[in-house]
Formats: sequence, C-alpha cells, structure tokens
Amino acid sequence: MNIIASNLASNATLATPNGTTRPQVRIVIVGHVDHGKSTLVGRLLHETGSLPDGKLEMLKAVSARRGMPFEWSFLLDALQTERDQGITIDTTQIRFRTRSRDVVLIDAPGHAEFLRNMITGAAQADGAVLIIDALEGVRDQTRRHGYLLHLLGVKQVAVVVNKMDRVDFSAERFGVIRDEITAHLTGLGLAPTAVIPISARDGDGVSERTAKIDWYNGPTVVEAIDALHPARPLDELALRLPVQAIYKFDDRRIVAGRIESGGLTAGDEIVIMPAGKIARIRSVEGWPSSPADAQGAGRSVGITLDRELFVERGDVIAHVGSAPRDTRRIRARIFWLHEQPLAAGASILLRLGNKETRAVVVAIEKAVDPGELSSAETKAIARNHVGEIDISLSQPLAADPYVDNPRTGRLVIEVNGRIAGGGLVLSVDAGQRAVPVDIVPVESALRPDERSARYRHNGAVVWLTGLPGSGKSTLARALERKLFSDGGSPILLDGDTLRAGLNGDLGFSPQDRTENIRRLAEVATHLARNGHVAIVAAVSPLREDRAAARRIADNVFREVYVATPADVCERRDPKGHYAKARAGVLHGFTGIGNDYQPPESVELAIDTSSCTVSDATDEIERMLIRTGILFDEVTDLAANI
Amino acid sequence: MQPGMDHLDALEAQSIYIFREAFARLKKLALLWSLGKDSNVMIWLARKAFFGRVPFPALHVDTEKKFPEMYAFRDHYSKEWGLDLKVDYCPPVEAIDPTLPPAARSAARKTEGLKLALNKYGFDGLIAGIRRDEEATRAKERVFSPRGTEGGWDVRDQPPEFWDQFNASPPPGAHLRIHPILHWTEADIWAYTKRENIPIIPLYLAKDGKRYRSLGDADITFPVPSTASSIDEILVELEGTKIPERAGRALDHETEDAFERLRVAGYL
Repeated sequence: MNIIASNLASNATLATPNGTTRPQVRIVIVGHVDHGKSTLVGRLLHETGSLPDGKLEMLKAVSARRGMPFEWSFLLDALQTERDQGITIDTTQIRFRTRSRDVVLIDAPGHAEFLRNMITGAAQADGAVLIIDALEGVRDQTRRHGYLLHLLGVKQVAVVVNKMDRVDFSAERFGVIRDEITAHLTGLGLAPTAVIPISARDGDGVSERTAKIDWYNGPTVVEAIDALHPARPLDELALRLPVQAIYKFDDRRIVAGRIESGGLTAGDEIVIMPAGKIARIRSVEGWPSSPADAQGAGRSVGITLDRELFVERGDVIAHVGSAPRDTRRIRARIFWLHEQPLAAGASILLRLGNKETRAVVVAIEKAVDPGELSSAETKAIARNHVGEIDISLSQPLAADPYVDNPRTGRLVIEVNGRIAGGGLVLSVDAGQRAVPVDIVPVESALRPDERSARYRHNGAVVWLTGLPGSGKSTLARALERKLFSDGGSPILLDGDTLRAGLNGDLGFSPQDRTENIRRLAEVATHLARNGHVAIVAAVSPLREDRAAARRIADNVFREVYVATPADVCERRDPKGHYAKARAGVLHGFTGIGNDYQPPESVELAIDTSSCTVSDATDEIERMLIRTGILFDEVTDLAANI
Repeated sequence: MQPGMDHLDALEAQSIYIFREAFARLKKLALLWSLGKDSNVMIWLARKAFFGRVPFPALHVDTEKKFPEMYAFRDHYSKEWGLDLKVDYCPPVEAIDPTLPPAARSAARKTEGLKLALNKYGFDGLIAGIRRDEEATRAKERVFSPRGTEGGWDVRDQPPEFWDQFNASPPPGAHLRIHPILHWTEADIWAYTKRENIPIIPLYLAKDGKRYRSLGDADITFPVPSTASSIDEILVELEGTKIPERAGRALDHETEDAFERLRVAGYL
C-alpha cells in the first residue's frame, strides 16, 4: 500500500534515513475471520499517524457513495473483490513505525478457505498478533492459526482480545479468554508475550490504556509490537550453503548460493553433502568487486573450489566436522493445503533448500485438525490439517532436524507443480536405506549353488576385529591366500584401504567411524551374498558398530576377535601409529586408552602372541567349516591323495 | 536481517537469491526493462547475481510515448552494460478495450504489447520490477506469480509461497512473472541507487520546483512539486511525504478499480 512511515508520536524519534538504522520487525496479524484484524490494522495506522493524506477522506467518500457506514477495515480492503465479499483474501503489507522499530505489518486472511495466504504471510514474520473476538472467544481458526504459527517457526505472539466494547469491557470475560488462549499456546510451546484487551473500533488498548480498561495494566498493542525482536541470528549456527547453481560464464567455475547459516571465507575446508566430497574454498567471487572479508548468514555468494568436483544444485556445503546428515529418510511434521488429502503411499515432489527430489510418503501419524480441541486422528492428512509423515526419498539429500537448524530443517511438498504443504524436519535417519519403492535391485544371473559348487564354500563375511597391531591384516592376508589356493573366492576388505577411496570422505569422528563400519559391512555383505568370502580387517572398536555390521550381514557374519594383548600390539606397532599417538601427533587413535570394546561373544577368539600365523589361519578355517561356510571335503580329498 | 549486514545488504541478498532461482528453474527468461529507477536497480542486481552479466534478454515493450531522456538512457546503457536488448512495440490505442478510462486505456497498450512479445519469443518467465509498497494490488503479489495463458492474474487463486520456495511450473502456454524487488520500498531504491552509484534518468531530480517520482508515458505522467535535486534530497523528501509515489500516474486515479482491472488483465 501507499503508506509511508511516519512517527508514532511527535517526540518519538529523530528522523533517520529510511530503514537503515532502526531494527525492522515483520509482524503478521492472524485470527478467526471477522474477529477484527483489518479493523485493528486500520486503527493502528490512524493512531500512528501513518495514513497518506486524503486516504481516510477518500474511503469515507467511497463508503458514502455505496451507502455503507465507514469501517476502519476499508483502509485495507483496497481490492474490488474484497470489498464485495467483505473479507481479506490475501496478505497485504503495510509499513509504519513505533518508538524503536520499523514495522512491516502483514494482514493475513482469517477465512479457512484462504489458509494458504495466511501461511504465505505468516512465514515471513518475526512475530505475530493473534486476534480474538471477546464475544465469540477462541474459535477453530484461532487455534489453527496458533498451531500454524508454531509450525512456521514464529516464536513471538501477542494476543489481543478485541471488541471489548461488546462485552462492556468486562475484566472477567477477558480473564476467561486470556486463560484459555494462554493454555493453548503454551501447550504448543508458544507462550504469548502479552494478552491485551482492546476495542479496535473505538481505539481502547491500541495505543492507549483508556479509562474503560483501567483494570488492565499490561502493554498496549503498539507497546507489545515495539517489544518484538527481529529475527534470530543465524550466524551462530554451523555453515550451511545450499547450492543454487554452478556458473561457467568465463574461466571461473562459480558455485552460487545463499548462506543460510554460519559463515565462510576463502581457505575454509568444506564438505559437499550428501556426497561427502571434501575441498577447500579457493575464492569468494563478487561483482563489481569480490568481497575481501568473511561472508555471513543471509548473503548470496559465489565461491570457487580448489579442485574439480562434481557439484550440483541442491547440494549443501558445510564445514568439515559439522556437516548436515545425508539421508534418504525424513520424518516431518507438516501442514497440508491441497484439496486432495495426503495419504500413505502418495508420490510427491519434495523441496528442501534448493534440492528437489521425488519421494514417497511411507507412513502417516498424528493426522489431526489443529482447529479442533480434541480431534480424532485420521489416516490421511486433510486440507488445512497437520500430521507427521515418514518420507522415503528417491535421491539422497542433506538435511538437519529443525531444532538444529531452522533453515535447512524445513521442507515443502509440491503436487502438480504447486506447493501443497510444508513442514519441519523432526529427524533424519542418516544411512538408513530408502524403502525400495523406486529401487529395483537387479538379481544376479547365477544361482548361489552354482557359485558354491565351483568355490566349494558358501558366501560369508569374516570380520576380524582387534587392536591396531594385533595381527588382523596379517591373518586376513594369510586366510585370503589359503582360501584362494583351495579354489575359493576370498576378497580382502581392509579398513585403511577402503578409506583411500570409497570412504575417502570420512574422518575419525565417532559418526564417521560408524559410517565407515556401515559401508564396510554393506560392501562385504554384497560380496557374501554373491558367494565370495569377504574378509574384513578393521579395528571396529565399538560393540555397537560390530552389532550393526552383524545385523546387515545377518546369518553369514563370522566374527573373529584377534585378542593379542595390548602391550604386544604396541611393541609390534607395524604402522608406527602407537609411537605417533604417544608423541601426541595422532589423535583419535584406538589402542592407547580404553576405547576398544572387546567382544563378549564371537565365533572365534585368537591370541597371535602365542601361535603362528599358519596355526591361526587353520583355526579360522576350522571355524568356517564348523559353521557351514567351507565345505570340509577339501581336507578329505587331501587325505585321499 | 543478520549481523554484519545492513538493510540494503539484506534486500540485495534476497533479490539475488530470487534472480538465481528464476534462472535455475525457468527455461526462457526475459527482464522487463521500463528504463525507470526500479528496473535499473533490477539490472544492477542481475549483474550482481550473475557476476557482471545479464544472462537473458532485457525486453523493452515500447509505447513510443516515453520521454526522450528515457530513450537516450536506453540506447546508452544497453551498450555500456552489454545487455541483449529487445525492443518490441505496442499496438495503437484504437485496438484497446474502449470501456477503460482514457489513461488506463492508454496504459493497457503495454499489456497488449507484452502479450505480443510473449507470443513472439515464447518466454516462460518475465522478470518485472514491481514493488509491494507502490500500490495496493501489488502488495498482494507473489514473488513467483503465475499468469494464465492470456497473461491474466487470478488474485483469488494464488498459490501459497513461503520459506523462499517458489512455484515455478507454469502450465503449458502460461508464464510466470518474477518480482525480485517486490520487498523493496521507494526509499530503498533510492538509497541503493546512491550506494551503488547506479545511473538514473535526470527527470527524477527537481527542476523548476517539480520532479517525476515515477516515469511512464509522457502524456499520462506528471511531475510532482519538489525541490529535491539530488538523491540525498529525494531521501529526505520521502521521509516526510504522505503523497503516494504514483500520484503523478493518471491511470491510477481515474476510478477506484482501474488499476486493478489493468493488473488482472496482465498489466505489471
């Protein structure tokens, strides 16, 4: 609207260059239809002296011409269609000033039919004013708007109880509504900053505590708005730079995007999620000149990297060590705006940051109408309702739970090219496999018995665990040689070897170590299912990680504890790691200290300090025969020669 | 707005984000260059977004009734800024809906000119420099605003738009309007123009006690009383004024719904 800021009171503030020094807050006014939002806005503008010259007179003239009494809400209802229907159908934005704030006021419609417009308005707001008719009290749309504010992440809400003139400014009636709405909002984790009795039509409580509400000693609406805070700083969170595009306009290859949280500068070591590739920021680019200093949250930037990596729109750049999770499964709490209810099994398009992927709704829980007080749960999420959903993604993406990062922890759902819902990420299941809706594994052309007839063994994962230097790699190599000479098909998977390639993105943080083990287990299991004996040599210090590997490989898992005493291991120190760790130059090394968790029950335990390599290998072979992996005819044949 | 960024930084970053989203998600874009202060800021922002170049055409839908200073500006800066300038002409006023009031009917030529250009080039996205604070109906706009196959705007059925997730899939034959400076105010435009040293048409500065606050066709645009002869003075003037920006645009004031009717039909 053509409403230009002016001072609230003559002595309020010195003139400042428009909007450059005062904090700006964006406020949405929400509430049930006809509870008086537009009237409040009209009154606020009038009382703050924010109306353009002639506007009030023009609208009074229009009203007279139409034979209608003047209403404050006409100020906003500038559209022909709105005047005809008498309801606000879309958000309108008006600017004015309070004592210490520049305010952008968003008037959102209260009619249920236009909830999508209320959401469009409220999602832009730092704070909200929720309006309730003193006569009608808390209604379904009051509750629904309260719930949506909570889902949209609006954390500051002032409640106004309007039309107090209709209840003779009764403090008692006000108290009932105040208690009800306070309980409701507090239950959503959204305690109101103030509950204010007003009459928007007459002006009581808007900018003045008039005699009619002399029993009330809280803030006026204008004071409550003045007390709202601008958006919370995102600089303090970990770096998240979702990739919008890669530009190659000249010889530079610029990765462009907006920093959603944290900050970056040239030289930073970054990881590109969900692929987990690591690189360094070579430069931060800009036009007409490139910025020299660090760039913080909110900036739209362009960076170049120190190496050629495949980066695409939708990837998320983070700092090494504080990356978001990569996932194919997300649980979210969503609101739904489409006429067609969202049901389990639905195929949707999901947008999270700049990533777009097809997805399937795997499960729906807690689907309710947030407008109802005690709403029955339904199987599908109907229009204007909310619910929790499990989503299986056809492509992996990087995401954070909303509580960790409000910007990369929210998503929208599109149906037929139009946004149909949105919500907050409750959890991401890192590493969990997608429900195989779109994945159709290709079966091997060979049957398992064809392979085992040739190799004379079944597939297995032989998992060697133990301290560094305990002899895992030596034993693994000896076993590999032995099985191969017997005509078998052994394959060695060494933890360190895989870290050079497949697991090159992983460091030694607890999460990365767990992921390293998971990938080893997945690869080994795939080989085992195809008849090979995958020999894994990995320290794998955590019982939980080894248990996870056993779950993945299931009945073909054979765990061998290489139980060489710690002092022997350190004396051997084949890779020089113990020495380095003792010297303090190798961090996160398992061996010195108590961070290796010995297995409690395994298929076999071997102490290599008291036997030869060949003895130990024989022992493993006997275990494999005993547990149905190796066919024992081999030894019989040898005996018959 | 985050620490370390001022108000103009925040506006700029948001506009750049919108430009990059439009470029990533639409196939055939054009920027509507009206030569006014807003669209010049838009071109500047596009160059920031794309590191010095505007990777789509700048389309001037010419009513052939602009001020001479505007044509001089266009011819000079289209070259200096390396724009892919496309100029298309509007049909004569006789071809326009005669039920519209005179100034609106004249302005509606632009809507028809735009439709002709859309058909000629097959753009699926038009970047336009409208702002929410200019006019009441524009306040209701989305950043990515779908238009029907006839270019019309259905204000009653706008898709939801939140968290900077934009609806960017126009149905076949329809197009999107993209509004990268929707969230700016008139004062923001001037403050940014000054900070970035963006060239302007001198008509905006006061001469003989009058200046143009908004530039349209020469015959239906009028100067307003003003002594502001520099951008700094314009900013001071805006601080105190209660006169709407488009007060000098005759088409807005003929009847209470003239402008809205134009917009529903596809006007900017």
